[in-house]
Amino acid sequence: MLLIPCPWCGPRSQIEFTYGGDATVRRPALDAPEDEWARYVYVRDNPMGPHDEWWTHSSGCRQWFVVRRDTRTHEILGANRP
Amino acid sequence: MKYSIFSLARNARSYHERWPLAWRSPAPKPRYDAIIVGGGGHGLATAYYLAKEHGIANVAVLEKGWLGGGNTGRNTTIVRSNYHLDPNAHFYELSLKLWEKLSQDLNFNVMYSARGVLNLVHSPADLDAAMRRGNAMRLNGIDAKFVTRDEIARSIPNLDCSADARFPIMGGLLQPRGGTVRHDAVAWGYARAADARGVDIIQQCAVTGIRIDNGAIAGVETTQGFIATNKLGLAVAGHSSHLAAMAGLKLPIESHVLQAMVSEPVKPVLDTVVTSGAVHFYISQSDKGELVMGGDLDFYNSYAQRGNLPIIEHVVSACLALFPSFGRLKLMRTWGGIMDMTMDGSPIIARLPVKGLYMTGGWCYGGFKATPASGFCLAHTIARDEPHPLNAAFTLERFASGRTIDEKGAGPYAWAH
Repeated sequence: MLLIPCPWCGPRSQIEFTYGGDATVRRPALDAPEDEWARYVYVRDNPMGPHDEWWTHSSGCRQWFVVRRDTRTHEILGANRP
Repeated sequence: MKYSIFSLARNARSYHERWPLAWRSPAPKPRYDAIIVGGGGHGLATAYYLAKEHGIANVAVLEKGWLGGGNTGRNTTIVRSNYHLDPNAHFYELSLKLWEKLSQDLNFNVMYSARGVLNLVHSPADLDAAMRRGNAMRLNGIDAKFVTRDEIARSIPNLDCSADARFPIMGGLLQPRGGTVRHDAVAWGYARAADARGVDIIQQCAVTGIRIDNGAIAGVETTQGFIATNKLGLAVAGHSSHLAAMAGLKLPIESHVLQAMVSEPVKPVLDTVVTSGAVHFYISQSDKGELVMGGDLDFYNSYAQRGNLPIIEHVVSACLALFPSFGRLKLMRTWGGIMDMTMDGSPIIARLPVKGLYMTGGWCYGGFKATPASGFCLAHTIARDEPHPLNAAFTLERFASGRTIDEKGAGPYAWAH
């Protein structure tokens, strides 16, 4: 069981949270070229190791925040307010 | 040696102590016409079809651990071709046709059991979707049959078909030719048949780098030294991003953990594969008697090959809602495998944007059933340097060009497929 440290509510069980994916992707400018948009929508680093990812405390305070977690061990390395 | 009733009788007389090894364990040669990374079902099948269909036998399969130690040995052994979209339907139907003849083709019993795959329907919306998919399958020449609740209640007496079930059953879509295959036997059968045609299977040999000269594949760095080749096929689903990164590529893939579990073994109680999309649950009984089940992803990126308890609870509660009588069974084992989750839920079997580099991957939940067709199509793509018509749609470029194959209509969220 992941114990996720919500920056507002403190450590809570993973079942209170919903995953939101890679937090390193940045939305391109509206007039950015199409391949940049395609990379934003589809392509991911998918690292083996520390991964910055969005979670939302959907059964709690409903805030979105970024968790740094190791994808090899599931160890949570930190959580930050956006 | 050909396996037959005669070889069995002959070896019985020597107390089964003189069976030859099923495949060699050679040291790697300095150069191969093609190298396949990944000694699971897909990689071994690719090597087998390269040798059998295209006469390219100077091939090595490199495996970092042991054969079939990844997802080939971790899946729930279900095979089926009950897809709605044309590219998926035709591709998986080729796979099912290859499964039907595979034991004869490989001279190795892969224990294909056409016990039927039943998708349960719990709501009017489910019913519409099942009818639509079933009709699409029949138009594509694939067997599909709608079965009523009463027919299901008669054929699967353990299933709670009563009106007050937690998820009342309205009927189901049955693919009679779907079923199960003994997963380990698939790796071993392909390995033995590929080896017999001259393929070198090299275990305990991890790829640590990909050498590229002037934009073309020159070979691979491995824990057993450099091996030269101009054609490199990746069959490492779960770790495709990791291998592609060695060639400087990023893929539309996230790696997620999917769990499966088995109960203690019991006498035959379930002779069909039963699935429910509404609760996302699937179950069958293995030949050893264990009930094999699985459900959703754990829903976060992972390379850990193990998952967490909430999903196990979800799978078990779905099981008990459908099969209340299984409540007395003990869960014997749980495990996890790493899925290449693509952004549209469909695989990538294609040339990559480095000359001589090819991949089969992005299998999401569904790689096992695709094993024969994946190997068949990747072998064709490698040998001819162009896709077979059945994998022509499964390109890497389809994402940027908007030609995604999104069976579920879930959009670009890897974990939603």
